[in-house]
Amino acid sequence: MLIVVALIFVIALISPWIHRLFKEKAGWVLALLPFGSFVYLISWLPHIAAGNVVKESTTWVSMAMFHVDLAFYLDGLSLMFGLIITGIGTFIVLYGSGYLAGDANLPRFYCAVLLFMGSMLGVVLADNLISIFVFWELTSFTSFILIGYSHEQENSRKAALQALLVTGIGGLAMLAGLVLMGFASGHWEVTALLNEGDIIRDHPHYVAILILVLAGAFTKSAQFPFSFWLPGAMAAPTPVSAYLHSATMVKAGVYLLARLNPVLGSTEIWLLLVGGFGLATLLISAWLSISYTDMKQILAYSTVMALGTMMMLIGLGTELAMQGLAVYILSHAMYKGALFMVAGAVDHETGTRDVLKLGGLRPLMPISFAAAGLAAISMAGIPPLYGFIAKEIVYEAALEAPLWPVFVITLAVIANIAIVAASAIVVIRPFLGKKVETPKKAHEAPLSMWVGPLTLAVLSVLFGVLPFLVDKALMVPVASSVYGAPLDFYLSLWHGINLPLILSLITLAGGILVYRIWDRLRESAPIKVYQAGFGRLPISGYEGLLNGMLNLAGFQTRVFQNGLMANYLITILATMLIAVGYTFLTRSGIIWDPSFENVLVQEWALTIGILASLGIILAFGHSRLTMVIGAGIVGFGLALIYLMHGAADLAMTQVLVETLTVILVVLVLIHVPRIKDARSTTSRVRDAVVATGAGVMMTLLILAATVAPFDAFISEFYAEASYPLAHGRNIVNVILVDFRALDTMGEVVVVAIAGLAVYALIKMKRFGSTGNSRARGAEISNTASKQEKSS
Amino acid sequence: MKSLILHTATRLMIGIMILFSLFLFFRGHDEPGGGFIGGLVGAGAFTLYAIAFGTEATRKVLRVNPITLISIGLLSLVVSGLIPMFVAEPFLTGKWLFIEWGAVDTKLSTPLIFDIGVYLCVVGFIVTVIFSLEEE
Repeated sequence: MLIVVALIFVIALISPWIHRLFKEKAGWVLALLPFGSFVYLISWLPHIAAGNVVKESTTWVSMAMFHVDLAFYLDGLSLMFGLIITGIGTFIVLYGSGYLAGDANLPRFYCAVLLFMGSMLGVVLADNLISIFVFWELTSFTSFILIGYSHEQENSRKAALQALLVTGIGGLAMLAGLVLMGFASGHWEVTALLNEGDIIRDHPHYVAILILVLAGAFTKSAQFPFSFWLPGAMAAPTPVSAYLHSATMVKAGVYLLARLNPVLGSTEIWLLLVGGFGLATLLISAWLSISYTDMKQILAYSTVMALGTMMMLIGLGTELAMQGLAVYILSHAMYKGALFMVAGAVDHETGTRDVLKLGGLRPLMPISFAAAGLAAISMAGIPPLYGFIAKEIVYEAALEAPLWPVFVITLAVIANIAIVAASAIVVIRPFLGKKVETPKKAHEAPLSMWVGPLTLAVLSVLFGVLPFLVDKALMVPVASSVYGAPLDFYLSLWHGINLPLILSLITLAGGILVYRIWDRLRESAPIKVYQAGFGRLPISGYEGLLNGMLNLAGFQTRVFQNGLMANYLITILATMLIAVGYTFLTRSGIIWDPSFENVLVQEWALTIGILASLGIILAFGHSRLTMVIGAGIVGFGLALIYLMHGAADLAMTQVLVETLTVILVVLVLIHVPRIKDARSTTSRVRDAVVATGAGVMMTLLILAATVAPFDAFISEFYAEASYPLAHGRNIVNVILVDFRALDTMGEVVVVAIAGLAVYALIKMKRFGSTGNSRARGAEISNTASKQEKSS
Repeated sequence: MKSLILHTATRLMIGIMILFSLFLFFRGHDEPGGGFIGGLVGAGAFTLYAIAFGTEATRKVLRVNPITLISIGLLSLVVSGLIPMFVAEPFLTGKWLFIEWGAVDTKLSTPLIFDIGVYLCVVGFIVTVIFSLEEE
């Protein structure tokens, strides 16, 4: 399995060259890759159907405290997802080659979509929690690239960023949850965790783990109120919407919770959270879907509804719910993939996908109509399509819900009424009825664009009429792996006249009624309010948060980075005075125990000399140059102190830095205009207080620090190890370039970036930047003093 | 700055200063010195030259853009860190090569490459700042 995933990544990276080689036939060539992976996965089918699992493991990172295996695991659940990913992926690559034919960015589409396929396959096959997370984030990242495919359009970029932020933040929460889970159980392999469910459920961190993992799954699988990013992601080209935002990526959250159901599930809070959010999502989005007239928006919200249904089934956690989940995921992938691809074909051939501007396409696009028609019948849950079997089991599972079954089934029926209407809207409106003039002259889509939807639609019929084709082979293993124990069942179209069948008839009748009054309903006030409340409000919330963050950043930049050096200094010193002073006084307190016994005469002389000359300069010199000289005196004096104590390296560095700093500061001062000291008496007093306070505090701090006993362990280690380990006798340099080279690297990078910043700030002036030269002077001397510190 | 004394002295001193900076750099592993100090002395040499003859003349003497020096320096740091990873040891592990010539032995090592990086970054940083300020 590692080889398959790795191969997809490698081919993805060289796909632009494959495209150059085969030109417009590249789609057919590249489709061989997912098709080959599909064949590979299907070859495991008999093995999995017999109740086995496949495991495979390669060490990825191995260090003393840290071990990550690139482990893969194939059971019913991952096999079904793998087949959906590679199977629909094959059609999507073909479809994309037709949909984006002639587009200059087509090679980028191939590359990104194959990278996505590899990542998604990684998510469902990975056995290690950390590798699941890595692949998971890779799908968010490739989804970002694919949604922003038309990057010159602002709404594409916005939608891409929105999807990335929502799923990315959720992904980070999920990482925290997975890590907690790993520490709680001591296992990082999903296969090992499956047997540790009781330990995790009884662990004090269970609720935290659950909420964090759910945050990841709910954002990824677009559960309310995070669902808004998915309809937004419809800005992507249709092949992307069909693949990522309907068939595969958005089901990653469903996959994760299904996978972890035996570990985290079957508790009351699980039932309430997963089932509750699922139920809310399916109800809200089902009715949102019919408030739009754009085919892709209708399908997007019906996808959210399907994701809600899957979540609800996972939440219910009963045997029937698991059967329903398995059948529902497969049937949804088939009909929704087909419908999305047809919607894209209609858009591609007519120039619009607004159902109000379409009509009578059936004679012009007969194959697309056949595919869409079958898929829509499946989505509406009408026999003998596979979607009917799926809906029947969902109803059965809802009727047997462990909590409030009447409530659950009522909401499910109400939601499905809207979905029946939506199925009718996306097929009857564009294809039947009177011919409507469209922006482009409509004709049938090319072979590459109808082969996928037609195959998927035919499969929906085939599996519906002959459900035994897949039930023992795939559905039973899937339901068993989600349930956590072997299950056995078979599927059939006809169950006799029972409650689910009656509910199905009610749903159908209701759906037809809603469709007939749709034109009036859509324009009515309640639906408008509903759309504003549930559709737009979460987006406003997201935008409010985003803008709030940007405004906060802008506000604090204006306050703290106002360009006045004096303000910077007083902010830094006052913060230090308060924060360090508070900690110092509460933790240690003032320690006054100076001993002057070992101080030599020359040290006294030097210290008094430095202080005296500094005092004279500060008292009598008022020009900037004298102040620079004053600072220089202190610096050179310090160098002498270092030398007296045998720190030759430090002393040399100090002398050199001091010299260069004086030169730099003088160069800066040439450019800084003379500013008259116009401070009021109050601010003078304030400055004096802060300055004196900071000085006194530093003195007290040093006095207290020197009283603490000196632990010579580290310095002795370096002294002993320097030559044997690092072949150098100069301990300072050996520490810098070998023992603590990573620290040095960080410091040097700071120096380099400071240099580039100074360069950029000064050169910017030539290109007429805003801001006054005083502000820039402050920046420069700030950088210069940083350099001094970094030495 | 137009000063005969400064010009003459600078011409005499710049070579000595650069040699001294290299001397400090190479002795650094065993005696006081090293990439940082050596780099400061080297930067001091070019600063002196820039004060005496202006930045344009200094650019000619230096031949490369100081920002390029910074980039090569950063690259050296990374390269010295990556080399041990090819023999499956952690980033930045010191690897040594001892060449015996008979009378004098040569020690080559990744910390040496690292120190070259530090040297170049320090020189590049200070010269960039001096040039930017002088040319404003």
